This record gives sequence, C-alpha cells and structure tokens, in this order.
Amino acid sequence: MSVNSHPRVDFTVIASLVEPGSRVLDVGCGDGELLELLQTTKAVDGRGVELSQKGVNESVARGLSVIQGDADSDLKYYPDSGFDYVILSQTLQATRNPKYVLTELLRIGGKAIVSFPNFGHWRVRASLAVNGRMPVTLDLPYSWYDTPNIHFCTINDFVDVTKEIGAHIEAAVALNAMGERLAFNMPWGFWNLFGQQAVFLLRR
Amino acid sequence: MTKAERPTAPNSRHNEATHPHSPVVEFGADKPLQLDSGVQLSPFRIAYQSYGTLNADKSNAILICHALTGDQHVANEHPVTGKPGWWELLVGPGKPIDTDHYFVLCSNVIGGCLGSTGPASINPATGKPYALDLPVITIADMVRAQAMLVDHFGIDQLFAVVGGSMGGMQVLEWASSHSDRVFSAVALATGARHSSQNIAFHEVGRQAIMADPKWNNGRYLDAGALPRKGLSVARMAAHITYLSEAALHRKFGRNLQDRQSVTFGFDADFQIESYLRHQGTTFVDRFDANSYLYMTRAMDYFDLAAEHNGRLADAFAGTKTRFCIVSFTSDWLFPTSESRTVAHALNAAGAFVSFVEIESDRGHDSFLLDEPEMFSAINGFIRSAARARGLAI
Repeated sequence: MSVNSHPRVDFTVIASLVEPGSRVLDVGCGDGELLELLQTTKAVDGRGVELSQKGVNESVARGLSVIQGDADSDLKYYPDSGFDYVILSQTLQATRNPKYVLTELLRIGGKAIVSFPNFGHWRVRASLAVNGRMPVTLDLPYSWYDTPNIHFCTINDFVDVTKEIGAHIEAAVALNAMGERLAFNMPWGFWNLFGQQAVFLLRR
Repeated sequence: MTKAERPTAPNSRHNEATHPHSPVVEFGADKPLQLDSGVQLSPFRIAYQSYGTLNADKSNAILICHALTGDQHVANEHPVTGKPGWWELLVGPGKPIDTDHYFVLCSNVIGGCLGSTGPASINPATGKPYALDLPVITIADMVRAQAMLVDHFGIDQLFAVVGGSMGGMQVLEWASSHSDRVFSAVALATGARHSSQNIAFHEVGRQAIMADPKWNNGRYLDAGALPRKGLSVARMAAHITYLSEAALHRKFGRNLQDRQSVTFGFDADFQIESYLRHQGTTFVDRFDANSYLYMTRAMDYFDLAAEHNGRLADAFAGTKTRFCIVSFTSDWLFPTSESRTVAHALNAAGAFVSFVEIESDRGHDSFLLDEPEMFSAINGFIRSAARARGLAI
C-alpha cells in the first residue's frame, strides 16, 4: 500500500474525470497508486508506464499491468486510439519534450488527463521576486541543479500549448494550496495566480 | 497409446535418457508429433514431474518451461546430481508459485536427455540411439509436444506458463501459437529471437563437442566412450555468458587456486579456471552432448517476429493473455533491450503486459537465483492473475 492513507488530492480529481469501465493508460504511474484507485473505484482496464524501476516493481507487485518505459521515447510504441484516457499526472514538467508528449497522449487516447504543478502560483512568483532565486517550496522541494522537473509551465502556458496542438479543453480544475477546488467560473489569470495544481481533461 | 511408468534404473545420465526417474507419457503411432522441419516424430515420449493437485475444473495448472540445460526436476531432488530442484526458490509450498494452490507441471523438452525423446533415446527403426538421426527440433516443436502432454491431462487452458531463457522462449511461443490456452505468461531473461552474438557462442560450443574425437559423428553411445572433453569445454564457454563480469570479479577476482603464486604453467592457477573446469566436468555427468547440439540449435532458430512477416506485434495479435516480462540489468546474453522489444510489441498488440527490469549484478543466471524483487513481482503478478481467473487463492 501507499505511504499515504488518503489518495493524493489530484488523484481524486483525476478519478472524477474518468468514466467507469474505460481503458486507461497512466504515463508516469509511479508506484501505481492512481491506477489502483481507478481500478477499485472506476473498474477501469488500466495500464501503466513508469520510468523508475522501483515504481514499476511496486506496481507489478500490486498486481498492476505496468511496464518500464519513458514518456519521451516509448509512447511511439502504442497504437492509435488504444485507450479511452491517457493520464499524465505530475509528469509533464519532467519530460524532455512536453509538447510532443501531449500530442502523443491524444493520439493514443481519445482523451488525455494532465495534472501539473502551476509555476504561476503566487507563492512561486513571490519566492522568485523576493529571494531572487529559483523557488524551492514544500511542493517543489528540488534545487535547480538536481530537479527532475526540467520544463515547468504555468496554467496560462499550458492553455496556450493546448491551442498549438489543436486540443480541446473539455474540463479543467485548479486546486489551491489547501487542495480545495477554485471556483470554475474565474478567469485563467485568477487560476494562474491561486491554483497550486491544475488538472486538465483534453480531447482531440 | 499412452501409459505412465516409474522406472527404477540406477542413476546415470544415459539411464535417465532411456529409463528416467519421472513419469512418462508415450505417444504412439496414432499421435505423431508434427515438426517444423516437415517430418513427423513417432512414436515419442515425454517425461515430466508434477507438484500439487489439479482442481476439479482443471483451471489451476501452471506449466514451467525449463532452460537449455535444465530439466523437469523443478522442485525435487535431482536423480543424477542429488541436488535440490533447480527452481525450489520459486516453486513449492508457500512459494510465489505455490504448490499448495496450483498444479505445477514441467516436462523435459523434446530433444532433451532426461527421459523425453531426444538424441540419446532409442530409435525404434534401428534399435540404437538416434544420435543425429533425430530430426532437428525447434522451440515450437517443444511447445507442440508440451501441448499434447497438457491434452493428456485434459487441461484446456493453462493458468500460467512460466520460464526463463530458453524456457522464456517457449513461454512466448506458447502465448503466440496457443494464445487461447494460456491465461497468463511469465517470461524471464529471454527474447523473441536469438541474437547473432548468442548464435556465435552456441556455435563455439557445438564446434567444441564436434572437435572431440570421441564424438564420433554423434555415434559415441554405440562406441561407449563419451565426448566428455568437448561437452565440458562447451559448458565452460557457455557458463561465462550466464554470469556477469562484476559477479565473476566479486566471486573470484584474480585469486589463485590453492597456491601462493602462479606456477608458470597451464594448470588451473586461478580460481576462476578451477571453477570453470569443475562446471564443465560435472555438467558432463548429467547432460548428453548430442542433446546440447539440439538444444542450442532450437534456440538459434527461434525468431518469433520472422514467423509473422517481421512484425513481432503480429505474433500476439488479439491476445487475451496477461504477460509479465522480467529482465535483469547485468544480463548481457538476453539484455533488457530484448525484453523491452517484447514489451513494446505486446503494447502495440494491446496486450495486458507488465515489464520489470530487476537490478542485479549476477548476469543471465539471476532468474535462477535468490532475487527478492523478482519473487515479489512474480508473486504480485500471479496473485492478480488468479483473481482475474476467479481462482480462490
């Protein structure tokens, strides 16, 4: 089992966007916590890809169908429309080529669910503005030189890239630092300032 | 027709070939084995071991496929060497493949030398050992014979087929050519084809055997003198490929064998030399030289993609089998890239596939050793497959 007794808050949001019984590919599935949640609560036919050996082994030991692989290089092996949903949770910022990965997600799945930490959050902006150094916060604990997160973006940046790749935003959720949902009718700029995490449901 | 027998001949390799310490199923003229080479093998027989109990609806059977120099003695004392079964770490009561819950079956492959029809078996046409008159055997031929044994037990679908190395090739062949008979498949330290380098090592082994004057064009059993030296050298060369440079160095380094300094001669000065010589000579006691030729050839010929117009994914098109593919970081005989190729092909076929690379410095042989991460992966995979199959485990 996971070290957390409660599922990560973005996992709950992601699960709420998934239709029961669908085929799901989780790219960067970690130790398989989200896939297990989706299997238990949504009866999905779930598969995972994970870069770390430790994550893969833990997932397989949970009885999940997970393969060791890299979002940047291995998505090309998946056939078109093989899945209903392809999920990329907290992984986009760690890919070498986020735009390509997003394109691949929507080739493989009819829909893509992407969650990421919002680099436009006021705390990040304040940290950079006040300290003049790359932000290190509780949620983004790495120093600039050892971070796996090489491609941070803000909610506004993400909205722009969805337009560039011709994706449609079917739903979007922003969570504040307390893990609470921000009101859905606020403008992107408000979300970009107060959303610590964002979850987007995209379709082709 | 079929009959089972438990012979009681004294222990020796040759006697195990003709009078094995295993139950044997005989397939008569009415049940020939169709071989890839185009000929039929008939009559033929399969020696096997089984553990655990087949349940009422025959849904709990696990077939273990053994490797090149393995045999059916998975979880019992070996009749020739007296050593424990070769996979007792994985198979047994309370083990990841739990014989309290599953009916575990392992047969000596066709072409082998522990009781199934092979080059050391008596050719009914001549009354003498087949030697090289036995047709060349392929991985698919081995699997076809195993399927006939599974039929003999009245099992429609195997709950799992499990194997490493050459056994893993059989697993992939089972899943490809008998897809509906395989609920789940575990393939360890293997690949969908034998690489050029692997064929090269096998050829060295074969040439070592054939260069031994006692090999006698394969008819050494008639002459009564075995090509011990040739087979021993073949084993020594192959054994190096089963280990890793790191593991060899950790175990032996440049340590000298029972001496303080080098002898300026060609005796086994180094521990590694002594170790390899021991591996070679003990192997000869339990394995048949001609069988080694047939086994290595079967692996060399294996190329699952080639049988499907070069597209490996097509070998698994429409499969419902659940797959677990396992590789080891230090395995340079079947490196992780070979397993990854299989995993990608299974993905492309939309298969249910898990792929785990285990960190180990013990080389290709890791799959036979105490590797807790491997056991936990197999355990998790088998348990989830059992749930999916509706087995109350």
